[in-house]
Order: sequence, then structure tokens, then C-alpha cells
Amino acid sequence: MIAAGHPVLRWTTWLAVALLLLAAPFLIEAVLGRAWVRIADVALLFIMLALGLNIVVGFAGLLDLGYIAFFAVGAYSYALLASPQFAVHWPFYVLLPLGAAVAAVFGILLGAPTLRLRGDYLAIVTLGFGEIIRIFLNNLNRPFNITNGPQGITLIDPLQFGGFSLAQSHTVAGLTFTPAHNYYFVFLACVLLSIAVSLRLEDSRIGRAWVAIRDDELAASAMGINTRNMKLLAFAMGATFGGVAGGLFASFQGFISPESFHLIDSIMVLCMVVLGGMGNVYGVALGAVLLTALPEALRYVGPLQQRWFGEIFVDPSDLRMLLFGLALVLMMLFRPSGILPARRRAVRPSPAGAGRKPHAAG
Amino acid sequence: MPEILLRVRGLEVAYGGIRAVKGIDLEVRSGEMVALIGANGAGKTSTLKALSGLLRPAAGRIDYDGTEVTGKPAYHLVRRGLAMVPEGRGVFPRLTVAENLAMGAYIRKDKAAVARDLDRACTLFPRLAERRGQLAGTLSGGEQQMLAMARALMCGPRLLLLDEPSMGLAPLMVQRIFETVRAVAAEGVTMLLVEQNAKLALETCHRGYVMESGSVVLAGDARKLLSNPQVRQAYLGE
Repeated sequence: MIAAGHPVLRWTTWLAVALLLLAAPFLIEAVLGRAWVRIADVALLFIMLALGLNIVVGFAGLLDLGYIAFFAVGAYSYALLASPQFAVHWPFYVLLPLGAAVAAVFGILLGAPTLRLRGDYLAIVTLGFGEIIRIFLNNLNRPFNITNGPQGITLIDPLQFGGFSLAQSHTVAGLTFTPAHNYYFVFLACVLLSIAVSLRLEDSRIGRAWVAIRDDELAASAMGINTRNMKLLAFAMGATFGGVAGGLFASFQGFISPESFHLIDSIMVLCMVVLGGMGNVYGVALGAVLLTALPEALRYVGPLQQRWFGEIFVDPSDLRMLLFGLALVLMMLFRPSGILPARRRAVRPSPAGAGRKPHAAG
Repeated sequence: MPEILLRVRGLEVAYGGIRAVKGIDLEVRSGEMVALIGANGAGKTSTLKALSGLLRPAAGRIDYDGTEVTGKPAYHLVRRGLAMVPEGRGVFPRLTVAENLAMGAYIRKDKAAVARDLDRACTLFPRLAERRGQLAGTLSGGEQQMLAMARALMCGPRLLLLDEPSMGLAPLMVQRIFETVRAVAAEGVTMLLVEQNAKLALETCHRGYVMESGSVVLAGDARKLLSNPQVRQAYLGE
């Protein structure tokens, strides 16, 4: 017999998870159809976004309602330099780090003036920042055409490894890799890297400094933590994730416009973080998958109504928001710290305090 | 006479147009325990915040350990051994007791010395050693105050600024806290103690300053202050 927690068992589990993740696009294609492989790609992108926002909101406790702006910055950095827009076609290995860096700079630009704000006030400023970026992108087609305005940028170069373009189908050993499949594997690698970075950050000196700032900023600075730099670092790190995800998104879609970067998208990513479990890396990833898949699944509700009742009573897109709201309300009532709560969950004040059991770690 | 560790000249602290501290002078010598007493709103906490770098002084000069530190940020001062226990305790409620103590040693790289200090803190505060795995937010008020003090000791301070350690605690717990304050001082840590409990503070310290609406109105030997009729009337309810 092998006891639970035995190394052999652990490795087998990891191996099974790895195989499942590798086989996932083919399984999804076989069971749900090819459209869902694309949805899986989008879900992976949202995992990256949610993990980035989790650094800002979950780790450092800074409420950011304009996070999608960094996604936009990353996407436009990539699109402008890898499309016919300026007839520039830089390779992705230059553009993705560049997009990350540009997003980080924007993160600091947002962070610097908001250092003294907390909670609601910070939320309002970040919300404004998100809108400013979108409106800029919408209007930067005059007097000089930079972003092509509301028309967006088309014909963005796909990711290309040497002569291997991810935008073409390839057949290897009897398996057909459509573009959606190709991107799945690239995105999966990026997501795994993001998870690794997030987990390392959480358990680092920096991560602990963030927790301290979130709990009590004054006490944190009394501990010798440079709260200003740590908060800027949180904004910059979070923005970096968003910037990379944005670049990947632009290459994957081949087309971007300011339409993709609305306030509702920021709120969506925030919901993923909150629903999944603020501060818990796996919870956040789960939240991103659920909230990407749920609206897509609800598309089937329309045809179902047609088949059962002969007519469509509720438009699926209305139903989407309704169910979404309901899910959030129920969530806040029954699992306020998310599906997978963070290890450091909020402490409810207790008058007596003493005599409480020590919390279980892990 | 031991060297002057902290020297304050003409310190002013303002919130917008309102001056909370109106030009005070004070000194703390190495190895001393100094009390800063006064009523609510006298400017004690504002003074302490300015000294620890949490607030930028509006005017005046602060020298610590022989160099000027006016307006230097808190993280810089902590590195130089000037630590503070904030008012209202300020423990990190979502970290365990052990993690809180580890945060105290945030700036230190010498692992062996940190481990030594952790042992020392556990000897000084056996309660905390018992509860090291517990979330700090679930501790009682007195325990949180002890944790805040133990945590401040973890950064290896030469000068410890204590803000209202007795605030909101039961009388018995206040006695216990002051015992630990004396124990910490006995280890050679210089202390500047801000207190509303004037009697206890003056009984504990060597010297005292009395603040009233932003200015120091009395200063001198703690025992003499205790017998000063003005102090007795204003702060000891006689």
C-alpha cells in the first residue's frame, strides 16, 4: 500500500495533471467541439490576467478597477509593432518583453500618484485610469493616426517560431494542430510560468511585505518596509502580467480595437479574482476558467429554449448577466473568501480573542 | 554622562494649517528611559510619528546618533536602530505570531542574530512563545501589545519609541506591560515612552517631558515631576 502523501503518489498525480493539461485541447475538441478549444485559449489568457490582478489586489490589497488598461497597453504595443499599421514587423521575442516593460511603466505611472490613496478612493482613480487609456486608444487616430481609432488594428502578426507559424494548421503524428491548438500550448506554458512566479512571490520577502502593507501600512513602515516602493512594485508586477497577456491576445486574435478593453472587462477580471479566492493562486486560476466558460456555456440556453418551448423566452445574453449576478451574490453569502480561500483569510474580530484554536496552515 | 542619542530642536508638526506640535525641544541619552506625557491631543503621538519618520516635520531639526535625520523616511531610521511600536498596537492580524516576529526582522540579514533575538523575545514574552502558530488578530489586546513590543525588539533597536502601550488595556495587563517595558530597558534598549497614564510612566522612567497643546510645558527628573503640584493636579487627579 502507498500512503497518501507518499512521493510516488505525488509524482503520479503531477504526471496525471501534466498529461491531462497536454491532452486537454484534443479532449475538448472531441467532446465539446473545436470552438471550445478557442474558448480554452481565452480562458488561459484570462488566467494570466487574473493572476496579475491578484498580485495587486490579493497580495498587496490595492483595489484596482482599471486593470484591463495594462492588457490594452500590452496588446497595442504588440499590435503597433507587428502589423501593417506602421509596416513594422518585429518578432514576438522582442515585442512580448517590450509589452511587459511598457505595461510596467504604465503600472508605475498609475501607482505613483495614487500612493496615498486606499480603498474606495484608489478604486475610483484606477477606474478613471482604465477609461483614460481606452479613450486615448479610441481617439489617437487624429491628428496623426497611431492607433487607427475605433477601427482598431488588423492583420496583426501571429506568433512565429522560425518558420513555424501558430496561425496555420499542422499535422504531427496523425494529430491535427489547428491554430487554436497551437496557441493553447504557448498560453499553457505562459500560465504555468505565471503560476510559478506568483507562488514564489507569495512566499518571498516581497510577498510578506505586501501582506504587512495590506494589514497595517503604518506598522509595515515601522518595520522598515519601504511601503512606497513595495506598492509601486505591486502595480508594476501586476501590470507586467497584463502586458504579456495583452501581447499574446493581440497575436492570437490578429485584430484588436478599444472595444475589447472596457470597464466591464476590468470588473470581469476582478470578479475572477474575488470569486476564485483573492490571494489564492489556484483559486484565482479556477475563477478565471469558470467565468470564461460560464458565459460561453450559456449560449446553448437559447437553442435549448427553442427546442423545449418552441420559442426563446429569455435572451441568452440577458440570462448571462442575470446568472452571473446571482452567482456572485450567492458566492458572497456562502463563501465570502472565494471558492478556494487564501491561507491568510480575513480575521473576524473576536472580543475574547484568547482561547481560539491556532489556524491550520496550508 | 552618556552620549545624547536623540536630540530634537524646535520640532513642529502640522496637519494642513493646524500645528499639532509647536516647536518642542527634547533629548534622550543612551540607556535612558524618557516619558512624554500629556492629555489627549497634546501632540504626543504626532511628535513620536515625526521622530520615527512616519510624518514629515514642518520645521525643526532631529539628530539621531550624531547625524541629522530630519524628514528621513521610517524605513531608513529602522535600519539605523530607531524602532517604533505604533499606537493601537498595529500587529498584522492575518499573520501568525511567529510571522509577525519575522516581519520585525524584515531588514536584517544575519540569520543567526535573528534566531538569537527570537529566543530572547520568547523568554521575555512566554505567552507569545505558546501562541506562535496563532493568527495575531485572534490574540487578546494585552497579548497584541506584547507582540508589538516583541516585534519591535526583533529589528534590534538601540532606541525604541513606544506609543501608548497601556491604551485600552485592563489595569492588571497594564502592570504586566510595564514590567516588560522595564525588562526590555534592562537589556540596554533606550526608550522614549509616550503615555497618558502619567503616574505609571513617571514611576517607570528616569526623566519626563510634559506636553500641553503642542508645547513642552515642564521637563526634568521623573521623580521631581511626580511630586510637582502642577503635574499632580493636571495628570494625577489630585
